[in-house]
Amino acid sequence: MVTAMKIRADRDVCIGAGLCLMTAEEVFDQDDDGVVVLLTPTPAPELEEKARRAVRSCPSGALSMEE
Amino acid sequence: MTEIQPLPVYMRRREFDPDPELAVLREEEGVRRVATPFGVDAWLVTRFADVRAVLGDPERFSSGRDWARLFRAAGLEAMGDEELARLRAGNLLAYDAPEHTRLRRLLTPEFTVRRMRRLEPRVEEIVERHLDEMERSGSPADLVSSFALPVPSMVICELLGVPYEDRAGFQHRTSRMLDVSVPVRERVAVQRESRAYMAGLVARIRADPGEELLGTLVREHGDELTDDELIGIGNLLLVAGHETTSNMLSLGTLALLRHPDQAELLREEPERIDAAVEELLRWLGILHAGTARVTTAEVDLAGHTVRPGELVVCALTTANRDPALVPDPDALDITRDAAGHVAFGHGVHHCLGAPLARMEMRVGYPALLRRFPGLRAVDADFRTFHVVYGLTSCEVAW
Ligand code: HEM
Ligand code: SF4
Repeated sequence: MVTAMKIRADRDVCIGAGLCLMTAEEVFDQDDDGVVVLLTPTPAPELEEKARRAVRSCPSGALSMEE
Repeated sequence: MTEIQPLPVYMRRREFDPDPELAVLREEEGVRRVATPFGVDAWLVTRFADVRAVLGDPERFSSGRDWARLFRAAGLEAMGDEELARLRAGNLLAYDAPEHTRLRRLLTPEFTVRRMRRLEPRVEEIVERHLDEMERSGSPADLVSSFALPVPSMVICELLGVPYEDRAGFQHRTSRMLDVSVPVRERVAVQRESRAYMAGLVARIRADPGEELLGTLVREHGDELTDDELIGIGNLLLVAGHETTSNMLSLGTLALLRHPDQAELLREEPERIDAAVEELLRWLGILHAGTARVTTAEVDLAGHTVRPGELVVCALTTANRDPALVPDPDALDITRDAAGHVAFGHGVHHCLGAPLARMEMRVGYPALLRRFPGLRAVDADFRTFHVVYGLTSCEVAW
């Protein structure tokens, strides 16, 4: 079986740029302080590409993933 | 009298493109010591990976260290410690953690994606209103003064709580302050005027805080922020909030008009707008460079050893044209995935206003293309000496 991707979001590092949710709204959200909220650490296969782009776009290094 | 200094290499352009010398530098040595408008030499970093590494490492590449020394070297010897400290207060770009983190956390909630979505209908209205006015006045028009400058100016005024009637003053001051061909002495005088203006506004807002951003800061964090900090924050947001987006709107429109196939594609398939905005940000890179950083330790930059206490400047536009970021980087291609570009910087100082700027562009370009299907550029005047690249004027017809 293929192991799914696993995303991590470090809320202490996040600067609230919101790029992650603009890129993959199904996977990331922001709380009222603007800090990232991970909606699902293991996105469905059809969302993986978007999630990967979001991780790549994050300017603060708050997001990481294992595949 | 204007003393024209030679323009630092990282600010030189050929229309949309960085000076070809910069691509050579990026492919060959990667970094080089260059002259800067601050009167101190700096290490210029040009590769995408190195720029991300520098901006992503604020401990070794500091924004706050040696701030006074650098400012003095730029010809401000006469300024006392107290005035320098006041000029710095509230300017996020001049601090490291923990002071930077404290200011940034106060402001981030004001720029969330959700907030921006709530603001979007108002931005649409402002855009349509200016297009109506352009249409009424008839072809030709100056895109800068009739659309690109007033739209973001009005948006940032409403967001902050700055009276829009005051725009002529702050637009003029901003453009002088960021023009490196204006003598330092005059730029300092203009900076003092900006502070005086914002001080008056902050005093009024302290007395009667409204619903806008500055009023909200006073209501919710009024006792954590000094007046100097509020003045600094107000000025930073006002300057950064209209000057940058304005030049993206004008230069981006010109770029599309000069690449009719791309403009046509965007007209026919408006759902491409998000990708188009990212590609325009990447390709134009209107901030030639980020603010200078100072090394706090001995570091290695593209194989060169750099001592502590040296200035480092990141050539954002050149990094955005690095083949390590995207293939065929010098082509404007709105269908590509430009994610990861550094037009908004990278790391903890990554542009606070990015969600706002993106939204204004996502609304602005398509509305303009829709309103004037036959829009064409007649003449454009590129701004050579400005920290923010762009156009002083752009005659369009339809
Ligand atoms: C397309 C338009 C814009 C571009 C290209 C842009 C670019 C940038 C860049 C490159 C930086 C980082 C500078 C550095 O690291 O030295 C930055 C920081 C900043 N920008 Fe923007 N910007 C834009 C629009 C805006 C708007 C609309 C606002 C305000 C509403 C804004 C407010 C700021 C602030 C406050 C910072 C400092 C953040 C910090 O130090 O934590 N910008 N911008
Ligand atoms: S993109 Fe990164 S910094 Fe921005 S909100 Fe998401 S996690 Fe935070």
